[in-house]
Amino acid sequence: MDAADQHLGSESGVVDRLRSDLARRAHQEGLVDATVAYLDTTYLDTSVGRLLLAATGDGLVRVAFESEGHGAVLAHLAGAVGPRILRDDIAMAPYAEVVTAHLDGRLQGADVPLDLDGCGGFRREVLEYLRTIPVGETRSYAEVAREVGRPRAVRAVGTACATNPLPLIIPCHRVVRSDGSVGNYLGGVEVKRRLLAAERSMA
Amino acid sequence: MRPPFEQLVEDQGVVVWRVCVSMVGPDAAEDVWSDTFLDALRAYDRLEGGSNPAAWLTTIAQRRCLDELRRRRRRHRITERVAALPGPGWSSGAVLDETVAALVAALPERQRLAVAYRYLADLSYPQVAERIGCSVPAARRSAADGIASLRRRTASPTLEDHDGRS
Repeated sequence: MDAADQHLGSESGVVDRLRSDLARRAHQEGLVDATVAYLDTTYLDTSVGRLLLAATGDGLVRVAFESEGHGAVLAHLAGAVGPRILRDDIAMAPYAEVVTAHLDGRLQGADVPLDLDGCGGFRREVLEYLRTIPVGETRSYAEVAREVGRPRAVRAVGTACATNPLPLIIPCHRVVRSDGSVGNYLGGVEVKRRLLAAERSMA
Repeated sequence: MRPPFEQLVEDQGVVVWRVCVSMVGPDAAEDVWSDTFLDALRAYDRLEGGSNPAAWLTTIAQRRCLDELRRRRRRHRITERVAALPGPGWSSGAVLDETVAALVAALPERQRLAVAYRYLADLSYPQVAERIGCSVPAARRSAADGIASLRRRTASPTLEDHDGRS
């Protein structure tokens, strides 16, 4: 590391510290629409890469895989809940802990508020149903459609799963194809397979 | 649509930091940096679409830096003003501040507070009055009495003899 790099390093160190302080003061003044944090999961058994977590004052509002494009997710969030979005690792720590627990097999007991205000109608019904699928079990898209009272809306169930704002927390990965194959997953089919295998072994 | 504020902090945080450091130095830069981004957050609703957020932030930062420099100049002027009080021991350097501090600390309570708020903290008389819990004229009087007392205490023995005070 040469002198210039060292200088840059100390500079960004100061700015990081100032950012945390900014988030704290902005909260006190009620200037925050949403807080975000990044969660690196690569050290966990079920790594899903780098996750973006976002919360409003009402609760966790978004969990996003890297494949969704974190920049695009943030921009969309700005439109949905407001642009005053700040990174705040401290405020997001409880949410990060819950997501980590989900990936780490310590599922029970962890509970945080969720903000599902942006999801209405059929999509909301599907998401609420998904939350009732126990660990270690799966449902087919057709079964979910039947359970929410719209047996012919199999495709719409697929869409609701694919646009789940809180993957991992709302277990859309527990919905599979009727033929037993795992089906698609925003985080990648391989991740879905590993999540299901891990849950089967802990259930 | 306005971009997520987080993106501004990410993209401009270090640049704003450098502007602040070069204008007010590393110590004051931390407060100025925070104030800049808080100002920006407060005004973010009013940022016009299509405007240049980087330029906007730099403008806020420079305004905040100028405020800081003005404050500093004012503080300096005040120190000079108190320091310029006539008498032995008031004429030079570091001893001066200690002398002033000791003398101010020895004033009666109300005068001590009035002098500290008005001349050291640079508050307005209404602010001084509010903090002490007295009327504005009373605050003025206490400050004036305090300064007069400081002048007396620092006046040369000859002068003290002259106006008959000790």
